[in-house]
Parts: sequence; C-alpha cells; structure tokens
Amino acid sequence: MSELETTPVSRRNMELLLLLLALAVAMAAYYLVGINSDGGMSQEFISQGLILAALSLVFHVILRIWAKYADPVILPVTVALNGIGLAMIHRIDLARTTDAAFRQILWTGVAMVIAMIVLWAIRDHRVLRRFTYIALAASVLLLLLPLIPGLGVIINGARIWVRVGSVLSFQPGELAKITLAIFFAGYLSSNRELILLAGRKFGPLQLPRARDLGPMVVAWLVSIGVLVIQRDLGSSILFFGLFMVMIYVATARVSWIVIGVLMLAGGGTFAYLTMSHVTRRINGWLNAFDPEIFHAQGGSSQIVEGLFGLANGGLLGTGLGNGSPYMVPLANSDMIVASLGEELGLIGLSAIVLCYLILVSRGMRAALGSRDTFGKLLATGLSFTVGLQCFVVIGGVTRLIPLTGLTTPFMAAGGSSLLSNWIIVALLLLISHNSRRPILSGVSATAEVATRAPRSGGLFGKRKESQR
Amino acid sequence: MNQAIRNTWIAVMLLFVLSLGSLSYVQFFAAKDLSENALNNRQLFKEFDLPRGAILVDGKPIAESVPSDGQFDYQRVYTDPELYSHLTGFYSLSNSSTQLESKMNDVLTGNSQDLFFDRMINLFTGKANEGASVELTIDGELQKYVYGLIPDGTRGTIIVSEPKTGNILAMASKPSYDTNLLAVHSSSKAADNMSKLLKVDGLSPYRNPAIGNLTAPGSTFKIFDMVAALESGKYTADTMLDNPAKVTLPGTNTQLGNFYGGNCAAQTKATLAFIVAQSCNTPFVNMSQDLGAETYQDVTERFGFGQQVEIPMSVVPSVFPSELNAAQLGQSVIGQFDVKTTAMQMNMAAMGIANDGVIMEPNLIKQVIAPDLRVLSESKPKAFSTATTKDIADKVTDLMRGPVKSGTAVRAQVPGLDIAAKTGTSQIGNSDLVNSWITGFAPADDPQVAVTIVFEKIDFKTGSSLTSPNMKKILEAVFNQ
Repeated sequence: MSELETTPVSRRNMELLLLLLALAVAMAAYYLVGINSDGGMSQEFISQGLILAALSLVFHVILRIWAKYADPVILPVTVALNGIGLAMIHRIDLARTTDAAFRQILWTGVAMVIAMIVLWAIRDHRVLRRFTYIALAASVLLLLLPLIPGLGVIINGARIWVRVGSVLSFQPGELAKITLAIFFAGYLSSNRELILLAGRKFGPLQLPRARDLGPMVVAWLVSIGVLVIQRDLGSSILFFGLFMVMIYVATARVSWIVIGVLMLAGGGTFAYLTMSHVTRRINGWLNAFDPEIFHAQGGSSQIVEGLFGLANGGLLGTGLGNGSPYMVPLANSDMIVASLGEELGLIGLSAIVLCYLILVSRGMRAALGSRDTFGKLLATGLSFTVGLQCFVVIGGVTRLIPLTGLTTPFMAAGGSSLLSNWIIVALLLLISHNSRRPILSGVSATAEVATRAPRSGGLFGKRKESQR
Repeated sequence: MNQAIRNTWIAVMLLFVLSLGSLSYVQFFAAKDLSENALNNRQLFKEFDLPRGAILVDGKPIAESVPSDGQFDYQRVYTDPELYSHLTGFYSLSNSSTQLESKMNDVLTGNSQDLFFDRMINLFTGKANEGASVELTIDGELQKYVYGLIPDGTRGTIIVSEPKTGNILAMASKPSYDTNLLAVHSSSKAADNMSKLLKVDGLSPYRNPAIGNLTAPGSTFKIFDMVAALESGKYTADTMLDNPAKVTLPGTNTQLGNFYGGNCAAQTKATLAFIVAQSCNTPFVNMSQDLGAETYQDVTERFGFGQQVEIPMSVVPSVFPSELNAAQLGQSVIGQFDVKTTAMQMNMAAMGIANDGVIMEPNLIKQVIAPDLRVLSESKPKAFSTATTKDIADKVTDLMRGPVKSGTAVRAQVPGLDIAAKTGTSQIGNSDLVNSWITGFAPADDPQVAVTIVFEKIDFKTGSSLTSPNMKKILEAVFNQ
C-alpha cells in the first residue's frame, strides 16, 4: 500500500513561510540590481516590491478561504520565479532606459487578480468539464483572432498578436493552450473507454481505429495550421506536445506517441523544405557561427549573442547588474534565460530551472492525487505545457534545439504569457485542493475510485494492466 | 492512468535533465571557446568601460584612456596621432584594434600574467582592474624628426634602430592618418571614417608599411650577395671581376645591364669593392651562377627571410623565391624578380652586419609599468640569429663604406662620421617608377644606429634625393644631439 489515508492538513502556514522566503529572494534580487547599478537604489524597488508582496499575501489569504488544501509549494515557487523575472527585467530597463518592469508588475497584478477570480469563481475544477466544446470553440476563436485584419499585428515575423487600441497588445495563443487543455481533458475523459477498447493489434503496437484518430488529426492540423498561418514554430510544438501527452495519459498507449512523433517528423520536414522562415530558423541553428549567417538580417545573432552571454556568466555568473545581458536581442523576453544565466551563472540558473521542476512536479502530483479523470488529464496537460515550454526555451537558447519564440513562464516580459501561466497556476491549485481536501460525502469521488491506482501494487492493479 | 502520469513526469524530468545538461555545456565546458569566439565582442565592450593602460614615449602618453560621458566610460585618445599611427594602431569597437593596441591588449587591459596578483587583490578589495602601461623604445624627438623628413604625398618609411640591442628608436611612415578618427565610439562614425581612410592612396589603417609592405629591395640585396661571396672563400674585396655593360641571362635572350647613369662603365674589369661602391649588376649576376641558388637561400634565411619576427607586432616575412632557374636567380640577386622584403628586414640586414654578424631581435617595447608605477617587465636585448661570422661582417662593413665614400651614397656623407651603407633602386614592371632604398649604419667601427629608408613608387630622381641625403640628416641629428 502506497498511500495511507490520514487526516488532511491544510499546510497553509507552510505556504506562508515559503512565500515569505520567495519574496525575500525576489526582493534580494531587486536590491542587488539596485546596488550594482550606477543609479543606486530606486523608488521602484520599494513600490514594485511592495506591490508583489501585497498581491502574493492576498493570494495566500484567498487560498486560505477558498482552496484551503491546495498544494503549499506551488504559489511560493511561482512568486519566486515571477519576482526574479521582474528584477531581471528591471535590470535590463536600467541598461536600456526602458520601462518594461512597470508594465510587467502591472500585468503581474492583473494576472494574479484574474487567477484569484478563477479560484473564487470555479472552486471545483470539474465544472470546467461542462465547457468542453465551448473550450474548443474558444480555442479556435483565440487562434484565429490575430488573423482578423485590423486586429492582428505581426511582431518579429509572427502573426500571433492582437492589438486593441494603441498600447494593449496581446497574444491570444497563450490563452488557447489552457482552453485546448480543457477541451482535450473533457473530450478524452468522456471518450476514453471507446478509444481504449477499439483497435487492431499490429505487431507490438496497438493501432487505434481510424475514427478514433480524429482528434489526433485535428490536433496535428491545428498545430501545423498555427505554424503555417501564424508562423509560430514554438506554439505549434507546444500545442502538439500538449495533445500528445494528454492522449497518452488518457490511453496509456505508446502507439499514440509513435504515431504522433512520426506525424511531427513528417510535418517538421515538410515545413523545413517548404517554408522559408522555418528553413532560415533551422539553418541559423545548424550554422549559427557562420559569420555570414551571424550578420544576416534575422540571422543567428540573437542565439549566438545569447550563448556569449551564458558563457560570460560561466559557473558563478557576473552578479546581478554586473554583466552585459543587454547586448542580447530581446534580453528581457525571449532571451531572458540568457540574461539570467549571464548574471546568476550556471548555479543560479540551475536553481531557477529546479524551481520550474518543482512547479511541474507539484502539478503532476496534483494530477496523481486527483479523484477524477478530467482533473488528472487537465493537471497533467497544464503542468506538462509549463515543463515543455521551459525545455523549448532553454534548449533553444543553448542551441540544443532550434530557437523558437516561446516565452519563459512567469519570467519573460509579456502580459499574455503571465496571465495564462497564472491561470494555469490557479487551476493547478484548485485541482490539488480538490484532490487533498477531505471527502465530505461520497458524491463526487466514488465514480473515479476504480481508476485511481493502477500501480498500487496489489492484485487489483496488476489485473488491470493485463486487461488492457 | 496514474502510471501514464508517472511516465509523463519521467519524460518531463528527462527534458529538465537535458536542459540542465545543455546549460552546463554552454556555461561551463564550452564557455572558454565561446568567450574567445571571433564574433564575441562582449570582452571588448567590457574593456571599453575599464581604464586601459597608456602607451608611452619618453614617459609621455601617445595613447591613453580618458574618462568619457559617452556610450562607454572611457575614450581612447591619441596624441600626435599621425606620428605614431602605424605603431599604436587604433583601438576601436567596430573596426577592432590593430598594431600595439591589439598585440599588447592583455597588458593594456590588465589581463596579462604579470598582473595576476594585482587581479587577485582587486578581487578581494573590489577595485576595478586597471591596465598596465607600455613604454616604447622610441625616441620621441627622433621619431618626429624622421617623420618630418618624409614629404607628404610620398610613400616613405624610415626606421632607425640600435644594432647592439635591437631597440627601435624611430619607425615612421607616410601616408599616415589620425587614429582618433577610428577610436570614436559611434560605430557608424567609425565606419564612415574608416571608409574615407581606405580611399587614401597607399594607406591601409590595418597595415604598418615598415613591417607590412613587401617591396623589391633592388641593390640593397647585394649585402646578402657580399656575404654569400665572401663566405664561399672564392672572392675577396680585391678579387678582379668581369664588369661588362650587359649580360645575357642564361637560357634566355634577355639582357641585363648595369645601372645606366652610374660609373660602372668606367671599368670593364673591376674589384668587388668597386662594383659594390658603384652598385654594378653584371658581376653579381655572373657570381650567382657560380654560387648557386641554395647559397642565397641559406644566407637570406639566416638574415630573417621567411621567418617570424615580432617587434611585438608580426613582421610580414620577406621572400626569397625557391626553385629558381638560372635566369631568375640572376635577377633575384640584384633584388628584382620575386624577391620581396620589408623595410624592417633590410634594417635587420644592416643591424646584423653592424653587430658582428649577430642580429638582435628588433623590439619596440622598453618596459611595462603597472598602474602603481612598478616596473612589471623590462625587455632585455635578445639575439634573433647569427647571420654570419664577425670576420665576414667586418669585411662586408668595409665594402659598405665604399658607396658612401665614393659610390652611390656619397650624398649621405657626414664629415667626421664613418658610415657604411648600401643603396638600392628596384624597377616596378615597365613603369617609370622605382622603389628607392638605402640601408646602413654608423659609425662603421662602433655602430650605434642602423638606418633604413625606403620610398615606394617614386620617380628615380626624387627617390634618390630622399634616401642618401635623408640618411645624412638623420645621422647628423643622431650624433650631434
């Protein structure tokens, strides 16, 4: 037996302690930026620090009221990441005399307030299952928004932005990853059995029926569509990864992964051969240090400058405010990992990566503990997107994989990304709350108990596996 | 289902492990290579915010970093830039740096091995690393004087060095330029100025003519002929040689003559001493057929041809072609055909003869001074090569007195001064223009200075009026000061 039933503890005090620690880390980062810059301590240190602290504490109180049993680590880790990101954006501001940090703290506020509203409004994540097909419609709408003339704008070659008025620009695709996750969780939790039972065996692989391939094909089309129409390589990888994982978790069949990877490889090759911007990306990735490609417009200078920055940081980093991360294009958004790596060093950046690992792991833990299939799928899908996004960004910046325009969750300057990731955090908190809270009546949980622990080690679990 | 979630978690873990591995590779294992990548100007940016050491002549800065309110904390400023441009080079963000600014970069930025302990102390005290200063062997007065001797509009180079130490006392060239134009922070302005300078005829801001321009040495090459001849034991100063007005190059119909205006025609048979003084060609052509190409190959190599010389800037190696046929050898030994030398190389030839056959390594750096004025290193005279024996060197010295006493370099005569020198004129294709040379030293019995003057692409008359007469002026300046 792996899990003993004990009286659930809310662990909110632990959260408060960790939260204070996270705020201390963020403030210390801000403080270091201040003392290491010529301008000295600035007003922003106090005001922005206080705003972040106040928002986090309010969030904490909200959790005490509406999601008492939520995971105590998720919020502090997120606040720490958001805070360090703010400090770095502020640091780039000082070098470039821009004011992105102000916008970022504003968006952090908006994002946290909306996340709190999500917590308050939803309470129980299972209500989202009712919106399965609405979520699909919303996803399609969100993805199409940038294509509407007059509304969509092209930034850095990708048509993934909408602009309302003259200042507010937004990336609706960021929200689409949430609505798509909801759709897939809803669809798969309803049709899971059907997909599982039907199908032919083909060697070691169990191939699904053609009609069950439907959602898979839709997923593939959506991600390739995004790539073709919006020229956004990163999002298409992200969406595709999301679908793959959710289908895998729903069916536990490796055959889906194999088919998916084959389709991805096919789509990728096709894109490389036929689409100029993908070709350029790949060439810039393979031959990044070719001076001709380095100096070319839209060439490899971004990634190479990022690598130089990371190398300059080395093991220990230059210290916040002492490096020159501003030499890298998009130093406070797409390339913020390089900026962090330069000033905090491999050690500091690894700590940040481990924070993400903790966040993703806690999300997956919530999925494991969830009492319903929908919750499991949603939590896994959302956590996985955060993890995958980290990998695509870090892999891209370190030239492990081609660089794409994905943002680093919670850290990169950008409102849409902050908002969607904070909503993801709110949903994960909700799911973890619902999985850990004491069962008052048998209303919700009983139906899902059977699916709960295939690995519980007992006869029951073994039999289930062999049945498949 | 939970098993699938656990598997997913393991997959995510793998992604994180890959990320951390990739970061470790970039930030730790490949960090050094990346930092040294040619495309990486991060170091340079950092340098521009640090006090860089000065380059000093006679204790006064000719290049120094002064605090600036511009894009960077410091601005490189050059004093008398035209005088020293080819030595200091420039220190520029967009055009990179050249000459001493490039070669001595580690010292000037404070990153050299010598400053290791200073850096360690600064690490603990939190002080910024300051660069060390470099004092040159250049004599400021002399540098100014010789620079003034080169008329504007000509392509001239003058080198004055000490044969006994290898120290370079003056090294000036025209056309020159204002290094400050290229040290500006604005990259567009720097690029603009650079493209303007590149249009100046005969000028490349990337090349110091004294060590970078390869030209045919003409009859100054006969210094090596003399060494080859005397070393063979078959010839002495008094050996009578046939001195026809023309010889036909072996295997060809090409005729090669003695210099048209000279006094060679006066004697159809002459001693080696006479033909050196009058710089007759035909006896040397005949001699080359006797001695063979390898002999010349060997002699020139001992004098530095084809070898890496650093003053500390790299001197472009001079060339004596290999695989010569008889006709080509005949032309080569009078400093024509594909023989190409730098002014520095011909100065080294004079230095070698002057210093009993031992060439001291030519050198511009006198000492390196730490920011707190400690002397970090002082350069000591080093032998570059033993080019020939003292005996041969003495005999060649004696032969080289001839041109000044009664031959092609009489206009270099300074009353009361014993001078050894050899002139040279090399034709450039079929044009009327020549390269005009003189290289020599004084006093011949106790040499203090070696002087080399070359004017490229100049008409014969102007050229010869700028070589020997200028040598005279320089020697007067050196010995009357």
